[in-house]
Amino acid sequence: MSISVRDVHWSAGGAMIVDGINIEVAPGRTLGLLGPNGSGKSSLLRLICRLRNVKSGVVSLGNTDIAAMSRLDIARRVAFVEQQATTDAQVTVLDVVRLGRTPHRGPLSPWSSADDAAVHAALCHVGMPGRAGQLWHTLSGGERQRVHIARALAQTPSELLLDEPTNHLDIQHQLEILGLVARLPVTSIVALHDLNLAAMFCDSLAVLHRGKVVAAGAPEDILTERLMADVFGVRAHIERSAYHGRCHVQYRID
Amino acid sequence: MTLAAIGQPVAAEGRWWARLALATLALVVLAFMISLAVSIGEIPIPLATTGKAVANRIFGASFELSRIHEGIVWDYRLSRALLAASSGAALALSGAILQALLRNPLAEPYVLGISAGASTGAVAVMILGFGYGVLSLSAGAFLGAVLAFVLVSALAAGAGGGADRIILAGVAGSQLFNALTSYIVTTSANAEQARGVMFWLLGSLAGVRWPDVYLAAPVALAGFAVAVFHARALDAFTFGVDAAAALGIAINRVRMILLGATALMTAAMVSIVGSIGFVGLVIPHAARFLVGPAHGRLLPASALIGAIFMVTADIVSRIIVPQQILPIGVVTALFGAPAFAIILYKARRPV
Repeated sequence: MSISVRDVHWSAGGAMIVDGINIEVAPGRTLGLLGPNGSGKSSLLRLICRLRNVKSGVVSLGNTDIAAMSRLDIARRVAFVEQQATTDAQVTVLDVVRLGRTPHRGPLSPWSSADDAAVHAALCHVGMPGRAGQLWHTLSGGERQRVHIARALAQTPSELLLDEPTNHLDIQHQLEILGLVARLPVTSIVALHDLNLAAMFCDSLAVLHRGKVVAAGAPEDILTERLMADVFGVRAHIERSAYHGRCHVQYRID
Repeated sequence: MTLAAIGQPVAAEGRWWARLALATLALVVLAFMISLAVSIGEIPIPLATTGKAVANRIFGASFELSRIHEGIVWDYRLSRALLAASSGAALALSGAILQALLRNPLAEPYVLGISAGASTGAVAVMILGFGYGVLSLSAGAFLGAVLAFVLVSALAAGAGGGADRIILAGVAGSQLFNALTSYIVTTSANAEQARGVMFWLLGSLAGVRWPDVYLAAPVALAGFAVAVFHARALDAFTFGVDAAAALGIAINRVRMILLGATALMTAAMVSIVGSIGFVGLVIPHAARFLVGPAHGRLLPASALIGAIFMVTADIVSRIIVPQQILPIGVVTALFGAPAFAIILYKARRPV
């Protein structure tokens, strides 16, 4: 397994946020992390790249427990795209994407052609190679998100964690970004709110509710009308799309 | 200014030789300002004499010079100018580091309560007579600064760490130590002492001698080396602590090293020259305007500009009012604030 999470617990301020979660993702696959607000998606992503330390349980990359890895070794392997991280600094798109090379460079080593290649490839992946010189604060929300993803790709990770990467994106860019993530040869875990997009682009899904995994598996197996009512509190009609063959969730408001 | 140039750093994407030329130019300007600072004063000394005096001392040359001139150049003015440069560089560097680390454009070297602690230490020695004559004013100020920093750090850590907690703890610590200073001054000082304290608080390079330089210059250089070594870590803080950690930065260790380095630099400078304001807050912004936000360029630029600015401010403080020396803190703010206003205006964001 590329990423495996075994019986992980984590609490904050006395409340159990992540309550005994088990997840496995095979190399190169994309896992969609679903669940209502506050179900523990963001916390779980932070635990997987050890921005927070697990209270109990084990997170492994490959066969290595991340508790035994240095922060630098984790960063060379796992890239993380936060929700809405921004800055007041007058940085350009290129400055931000170059940050992705940080774990691969020593404190004084010069910028190499390999670094340049990784940065250029990352910018091309998100369709912004011509925007390198643009200032951060002139970008739209969607463009910022794409730059963050480019920064993560410049890290040349084998595992990619994305916390609601399609927030603020118009539908064209949502499809583009998720298509990109699904195509990349890296293992990805994507926290998402849009169930239809999750069903379209993810190989498997895990649904979180109050810090526990309540359903996991292929989209067509776990997205049920019962689950929609129990976890999300909405009534929905779910059918296989005649057009693309994946699950299609239609909400009912009567 | 064209649309594309608005908000763009003046020398951000220069070639390496352009940067080298810029750094060389800044060093030449600094050397020139230092020689000006040595030449200008109540007894004007020609630049040539300055050069000869320095050559006599450093290279063992044997130019014929009046002993008075040589004494003024070497014993009084050169040490003073070098200290001004060291303290300017150290304060500007500390400001640049703290602004990045705390992600707050208003962060400055005194945000950690260091200058307030130093002033309490200084008045404790000056007025209450702590240390029974063994502790010098500078030593008292240094101890006060370190004590304040330790207290503020402990409070910040106890409050859960994080940039905002550090700033809040610094505010609380500064208020406490400023109140202590005021308490000591109002209850125990006579008019003469109170005036002396006020002058010290505004910063003064009078009375600086070589031993002070031997302390300040290595501290500034060591601080610079530590800062440049962590330039990329500081860049990684652009999007916050979690983003830095996700890029492989050992945030707790980097924070401890850099906060410690700025605290030591600031405490050393404040204890020698008093709490000169403005430099640490504003010079990093001026430098950012010139070379952009990347710390590999910003840190050297801040240090050089800070040094040049402080030496210049020292010259101005000695010549602006005839027969009188203004506290250097007054000059830094009096001339720095309008200059900064111009920079702010030039760098305004297109709305």
